[in-house]
Amino acid sequence: MKLYCLSSDAAKPCFVLSFKELLIMLDCGLSAHSVLNFLPLPPVPSTRLTSLPTYTPPHINDPLLEGELKECCGRVFVDSVPEFCPPLDKVVDFSQLDVILISNYTCMMALPFITEDTGFKGQVYATEPTLQIGRFYLEELSEWVCAVGEGAGEARRWKELVHLLPPPLSQAVRPRAWRRLFSAAALARSLARVRVVGYDERVDLYGALDATPVSSGFCLGSANWVLRSAHEKVAYVSGSSTLTTHPRPINQSALRGADLLILAALTQTPAHNPDHMLGDLCVHATLTLRAGGCVLCPVYPSGVLYDLLECLSAHLEGAGLAQVPLYVVSPVADSSLAYSNILAEWVSAGKQARVLLPEEPFPHAALGRAGRLRQARALHELPTSAPAEFRQPCVVFCGHPSLRFGAAVHLLDLWASNPAHAVIFTEPDFPYMEALAPFQPLSMKAFHCPIDTSLNYSQANKLVRELRPRELALPDQYALPAGTGAGAGVASRPHISVDVPTVIVKRGAARAAGVRRRAARGTLCGALAASALPREVAGAAGGLRAAPLAAELRIRDARLELLPPPAPARAARLHWSALDVEALVRALAREGVGSARVEASEASGSDSSGAGGCIVHLPRHDTLVHVERNATHVFCEGRAEVRQALRRALAACLPHI
Amino acid sequence: MPEIKITPLGAGQDVGRSCILLSMGGKNIMLDCGMHMGYNDERRFPDFSYIVPEGPITSQIDCVIISHFHLDHCGALPYMSEMVGYTGPIYMTHPTKAIAPILLEDMRKVAVERKGESNFFTSQMIKDCIKKVTAVTLHQSVMVDNELEIKAYYAGHVLGAAMFWIRVGSQSVVYTGDYNMTPDRHLGAAWIDKCRPDLLISESTYATTIRDSKRCRERDFLKKVHECVEKGGKVLIPVFALGRAQELCILLETYWERMNLKYPVYFALGLTEKANNYYKMFITWTNQKIRKTFVQRNMFDFKHIKPFDKSYIDNPGAMVVFATPGMLHAGLSLNIFKKWAPYEQNMLIMPGFCVQGTVGHKILNGAKKVEFENRQVVDVKMAVEYMSFSAHADAKGIMQLIQYCEPKNVLLVHGEAQKMEFLKDKIEKEFSISCYMPANGETAIINTPTKIPIDVSLRLLKAEAVRYNAQPPDPKRRRVVHGILCVKDNRLSFLDIDEVCEEIGINRHVIRFTSTVRFDDPGPAVKTAEKLKGLLTEKLQGWSITISDGNISVESVLIKVEGEDESTKNIYVSWTNQDEDLGSYILGLLQSMVQ
Repeated sequence: MKLYCLSSDAAKPCFVLSFKELLIMLDCGLSAHSVLNFLPLPPVPSTRLTSLPTYTPPHINDPLLEGELKECCGRVFVDSVPEFCPPLDKVVDFSQLDVILISNYTCMMALPFITEDTGFKGQVYATEPTLQIGRFYLEELSEWVCAVGEGAGEARRWKELVHLLPPPLSQAVRPRAWRRLFSAAALARSLARVRVVGYDERVDLYGALDATPVSSGFCLGSANWVLRSAHEKVAYVSGSSTLTTHPRPINQSALRGADLLILAALTQTPAHNPDHMLGDLCVHATLTLRAGGCVLCPVYPSGVLYDLLECLSAHLEGAGLAQVPLYVVSPVADSSLAYSNILAEWVSAGKQARVLLPEEPFPHAALGRAGRLRQARALHELPTSAPAEFRQPCVVFCGHPSLRFGAAVHLLDLWASNPAHAVIFTEPDFPYMEALAPFQPLSMKAFHCPIDTSLNYSQANKLVRELRPRELALPDQYALPAGTGAGAGVASRPHISVDVPTVIVKRGAARAAGVRRRAARGTLCGALAASALPREVAGAAGGLRAAPLAAELRIRDARLELLPPPAPARAARLHWSALDVEALVRALAREGVGSARVEASEASGSDSSGAGGCIVHLPRHDTLVHVERNATHVFCEGRAEVRQALRRALAACLPHI
Repeated sequence: MPEIKITPLGAGQDVGRSCILLSMGGKNIMLDCGMHMGYNDERRFPDFSYIVPEGPITSQIDCVIISHFHLDHCGALPYMSEMVGYTGPIYMTHPTKAIAPILLEDMRKVAVERKGESNFFTSQMIKDCIKKVTAVTLHQSVMVDNELEIKAYYAGHVLGAAMFWIRVGSQSVVYTGDYNMTPDRHLGAAWIDKCRPDLLISESTYATTIRDSKRCRERDFLKKVHECVEKGGKVLIPVFALGRAQELCILLETYWERMNLKYPVYFALGLTEKANNYYKMFITWTNQKIRKTFVQRNMFDFKHIKPFDKSYIDNPGAMVVFATPGMLHAGLSLNIFKKWAPYEQNMLIMPGFCVQGTVGHKILNGAKKVEFENRQVVDVKMAVEYMSFSAHADAKGIMQLIQYCEPKNVLLVHGEAQKMEFLKDKIEKEFSISCYMPANGETAIINTPTKIPIDVSLRLLKAEAVRYNAQPPDPKRRRVVHGILCVKDNRLSFLDIDEVCEEIGINRHVIRFTSTVRFDDPGPAVKTAEKLKGLLTEKLQGWSITISDGNISVESVLIKVEGEDESTKNIYVSWTNQDEDLGSYILGLLQSMVQ
């Protein structure tokens, strides 16, 4: 078993596991940090952004670099369509992948990079909500980036001169591997490959393995994958949560006792408690609204958004602000909100109980009916009752959390100068100050309330201890010493430290992990079993019984069957322990083969053990029996009957089956 | 030989009251727990005393599986769990769990409040019963206990209908419940993978029917309804609140919209809205088209179909009314029928099957006068049409399902005896597998091959694979492995000899025999060896014979020629004890050659 790590972002993992001659990709996360180095793509032309000064590195006069870089408040940005950092493609040949298993929709954004135009021929498995919501995320991204970015030139030259640029651009990791987003067509083709599975469904992978998605409690349809053969078990735990939110709770028992546990996508904001953050957000929002300001929440179109809507609407009602409209602006807002309410089988027990009434599991349908919640594909499509300038206080949820594309760019441009308004960051994927950098100077308030419900380090440590895997595999980020060591005296210890043999994988690295296989599971036909007649093996521990067996082997669909052999085939007899020569002589006499003469062989003279090492002469039958400790060699020139008598005598003297 | 035993307590050569006992591998499973609509006495529930004459029933049944919410499949469940006292696990899908209690409650009201029956379960009992249910999702593999595993497949018949695959050890059974192999306006078609069960228990409601195209039936239906209302007649369509009702509503709704008709269409019972809400929320269980378009328009928001009020019965003029229950055995549909039956311009359309003993069944059989309990006699003058819209698989569909899952045996339930007989013949002929059709209370016993799980050593397999792959490819060649079968703690493993020795800590003792044959053959030893090889190849066809350094090896028997220059060569034949047969055969061969 070998584990490859293809992603540098531990929150957007991508592993490949080679096991039982299969290459299995676990998740294909797309790291979007790279987009922070680019200028925002406004949905409508922005004079402020176009009028930013051009940047040229000192002492460089490169005409090719012309217009590629711009400066805003001391930071340099690339003026081009944003690019993403897909998983490494040189370590594993994607055309050789057999299976891709996806754990949740935040970890599948690189799928088109892997399945399209790479010769990929395998299967992709994901749960139904993962596929649907993943589709929303990807379509939203594609609509924003591709629609605006079409025709725009690509900035390339700066990648050659990265070392001359100021940080953070100079610290960009392998910018040449950054890629522009896939086309909508490639996206559709890629998603069409995904096969939908349900929780606890055993998916047969080419007869070699069973893969089972089990609930991970992180978001709708999020799954941990358990790979199982008859003897081995690998658990892939990615994006799990032990908190109680809207999805089905985590299924821990299915992960227990694995031979290898792979841990990925832990929280990105270990210092922030999601519950407190949700409370803070409600308070900040209320204060801003009271003061007549608007609130902007840059969010993804699903996931925590549902919790935000539920909590904030209840909180505002309690604060007497029930009349404040909530807007969700996204090309997929309609679908996302409608879809969440038909996923009754994927939500927590509490929400499921509502369905039996029957009521929608999420309150946002009711909010929509009451007119408090409105959604639109884009800002200009918002109902006319919503003033285009948003003079009245309101809360807008829209993407993208990186603030580089989507409706949020326009709203931020519009509101940045007004200190009454506020932007509240909830998605943990991007450092908020960096996200805001191209909008500086900023007068509106900015709050950081990251809500990341996936496991934090102490929860993860506890989980691993409870699950008791034989071996643990981690991306190197989780094994590094925690923090930057503000308290210099405090010994920094690894983030995940459990008393389990641990394999640490780095981006681009491969490590051997897990058990060595020794046996395969098959079935034994009843008739053959009945003919075997196993006997007790004297001296073996634990009452082992054994019998020699010859069987016809049938392998069909990688399943093994043992059937009765075509002809009554000889079975391999097994004799063991040392031969007692005197007993042999006696046994031979009983068989009517007498006049045996025993003499020590030359070799045994020097053998201090004295066990074996002698020759039995049977002169009358022209036969020599050469006895050693672990072997007996019969030189028989006599008739066949003598040989048979010898075999019987030997069998009588040696334990055998 | 292990057996699978099946005893129908209901639905054996019969439709209604589905309840089948399945026992295999020491587990007893009850498949469905339905009631019979045609009876009003104790015969309406399955005979649970068959399972255990008296005493607790829970210890006798490992689990109950309900395939869908129709009352002939789940109607007796509260009776069993609350009155007979079963406390074990009960499984059904999420939509079934949501909808079944509504239908049960509806039925209870009709039975208790209208007919005044006593000794019936109460509302509270229905609620308590449903609380005990474990809901499952499609394809989820549920371990009931360590040995018993179940898995649901989509069955199409009604919202949430499922087929169940059940496995104990190496034995497996598929129970279809009711299913439909053709997609319709709101549901998809049943689907199952090639799971090769030992037994397929299939419904056979339409065992002999091969239905004409659905399109024709729909057109026919719409034409008849339209003609009737044009003449000012009233159309009564008895349906069950959930299931076909929605299908027909969608059909009428789209027709009314297309033809721009204004005749009122009513759906009786306050249930409508609630029922349609369930459909909206379980849209993942409907067909592809509805799922794709639900964001823009939910198919279950009807524009033309309005709720019915009892006072409308005597309204003049044309109307179409969907009323419950579907077999005209009680309730509103029967009341409306009584009022409308004596008039010729009216029409009754029965869209589904009617169980024997119900008014619906009588009328469909051509009864022109129907007598009721209170001596009331009603003349049936209205037109009566039977149109099968119930979503059961027809003969073609059943054969198709058999093809899909490749069972080793088939057992038919939920159908009428003569029809089953016909289908049974057909299945046995076409697939050459045995087919059973036990009557209620009769037990069918099916033998299954024994298959024991065993761990086969990889070393053994790899060595075999090397040998096998070295030979020219031949898909028909049998692959034989030799090793030692070990049994320890009831677990079997198949190991290489050396592995066994390591495993149990013994020193192997190898016994080898060598014999000499003298052969007069002048010339170099290599020539002699070549000659021998030629001879052996001729005599031992199918064995691998190789020669290297003048040594010939036939499988594991070694043959060595010695004496380089002498004219008489010594030929040594050597083999281990286990190759005695081959060794002595070759020795004999060489000896006879020499003479």
